[in-house]
Amino acid sequence: MSLFRAETRRLTKRRFTKFFLLGVLLILAAVAVGMGATNQKRGPETAAAAQAEARQEFEAAVERSKADKQACEAAQGTPDAGNWPSNCADMYEPQQADFDPQWYEPATFQFEESFPAMVVVLASLLAAAAFVIGASYVGAEWNSGGMMNLLLWRPKRVQVLGTKLLALLSVFTVLTVVLSALWTGVFALIGEFRGSMEGMTAGAWQSVALTELRGLVIVLVAGAVGFGLASIGRHTAVAMGAAIGVIAVLQVGLATVLSLAGTKFVDAYLAPAWLSAWMLKEVKLEDWNACNFSPTGCEPDTLTLTWPMAGGLLGGILVLIVALALWSIRSRDIT
Amino acid sequence: MSAVLEIAGLRKTYKSRKGVRRALDGFDMVVEAGQVHGFLGPNGSGKTTTLRTLLGLIRPDGGRMVLLGREVPAALPEVAGSVGAIVESPQFFGNFSAQDTLALLADAGGVDKRRVTEVLELVGLRDRAKDRVKSYSLGMKQRLAVASALLKNPRLLILDEPANGLDPGGIREMRSLMRNLAESGMTVLLSSHILGEIQLICDSVTIIAAGRRVTAGSVAEVLAANASASVRVRLDTVTDLPAVANLLRELGAQVSLENDHLLVSGAQPSAINRELATRGVFVSELAPVTADLESVFLELTGTAPVEGEHRQVDQTVASAAGSTNGWGR
Repeated sequence: MSLFRAETRRLTKRRFTKFFLLGVLLILAAVAVGMGATNQKRGPETAAAAQAEARQEFEAAVERSKADKQACEAAQGTPDAGNWPSNCADMYEPQQADFDPQWYEPATFQFEESFPAMVVVLASLLAAAAFVIGASYVGAEWNSGGMMNLLLWRPKRVQVLGTKLLALLSVFTVLTVVLSALWTGVFALIGEFRGSMEGMTAGAWQSVALTELRGLVIVLVAGAVGFGLASIGRHTAVAMGAAIGVIAVLQVGLATVLSLAGTKFVDAYLAPAWLSAWMLKEVKLEDWNACNFSPTGCEPDTLTLTWPMAGGLLGGILVLIVALALWSIRSRDIT
Repeated sequence: MSAVLEIAGLRKTYKSRKGVRRALDGFDMVVEAGQVHGFLGPNGSGKTTTLRTLLGLIRPDGGRMVLLGREVPAALPEVAGSVGAIVESPQFFGNFSAQDTLALLADAGGVDKRRVTEVLELVGLRDRAKDRVKSYSLGMKQRLAVASALLKNPRLLILDEPANGLDPGGIREMRSLMRNLAESGMTVLLSSHILGEIQLICDSVTIIAAGRRVTAGSVAEVLAANASASVRVRLDTVTDLPAVANLLRELGAQVSLENDHLLVSGAQPSAINRELATRGVFVSELAPVTADLESVFLELTGTAPVEGEHRQVDQTVASAAGSTNGWGR
């Protein structure tokens, strides 16, 4: 317990941890302020204004249409006729339905519809922070000889590394839970005053909580993977290099190669689709090269990635990297 | 007197694409309780590998190690609380203060926090305890490292190059600290290149070269066993030296003609004096040559500089005698 307490203190006292998390908080604050500033609450006044604007736009479009028709008719038999349709009577005439007043309503924050995307933003930022801070926390220890120093005190390698990992995950669990609660509160306020909380039944709140729980899992997996990679390589740069390598080579490169090879469902080989599947419960991938005849026309082949599938993949990566890190510290000399 | 540290037949081999290197080749060492024991060896001789292996950081390929009566590495978790160590110069987080650094270690090791203040006082960092470590000089970082090793109030203190970066005053303080610790009952194992210091501080020494022990014992024993028992003879007139050298050789002595004196072995000083006096040659100096640890070390490890040659790391007496220390196929 004393080692866990010491490691938690060591992690939270590090300047890198503080500055990185401050940066994350500033970005989150900017997102919240931006969402608050760009959305408005809708009401009878905004509806009336939207209706008036829609009518105005429709009338202007009708005027333009009339002028165009007259110009078309006047041009018949002149060299300018080529610029107009041969039958001016077939020219498009704007309809009232083309100018739905709803389109002229100001942007509004529909909590039920928009908040899941905000949870993804929060989870993504915290996952990036967990990866980098986790990698730096153990990487700097290896690099500076701090790990060796600690092992002179506690010559149980697996226990020491495991406790460090536990400290990292505990700190990020608390941080994610607290920030998720604040994030929900802030966007509930934005929904209340700059949008709508319509549809937020008990079931909808439960769904929000489950999405946030899946966000917490992403954060913890990212932290453990960054920590594990840096520990295997005994340097922060190994984890960062692996992350850049995965993004640059496996994601961009693989996407290009698979597209050139005409592979079906290229996105299924890339991380974003799986992360979306995990966070948003499912992602439907479509292959528009396939054409399945149906009464409504050509239907693409589809592949649905579900959150249990994505969870299995995340769990596999987590177990593999953490197990490798533990095996590595147990069996390799510390020089 | 009981041994707090015993190493017998310790072996460690490193394999790489360049070949096989025997870092430790059947190394033996014994450190008795309450002593300050010097651990000497040229660069790459296996000192740090020995210490790391002893402390469980490196897995040995063979041999037996006993620390405080318990076989290690199996019993290391049980004895680690009684062994304070610094291996090479540990780095600390620059943005943490010495106080924070030691408090975190104390927390991790379950040591009373009051001990932090005590050791900071002991190593002379009390007034700078709250400063960030990155503002420390090399010598101050070294003091902090020693403080971290002392934090557990260990029975055995293992220090690898503790005087690294210390100024002369600091070296003297470190010397008296080692002495005081030994007097308080703590056993100190000290690895260092400052042989004059080792000679002053240590009760006993072990010298390692090419992964093997070349000598061990009390400092006095090691010096006596390796003293040349020669006599330095100086004359009023340097030009007489060759003739006197021949004269002494005729008497059966081994004589080495130096720039301004002779080194004579195999003859008693009184006999030399009498013989020269009867021939009308008078000496201005007739003194036994006392060996110091540095010359013994250089001779035993074969690392004395030779004019016109550039000695390579791993090039020692032991390696020249056919050991496979160093990279080889």
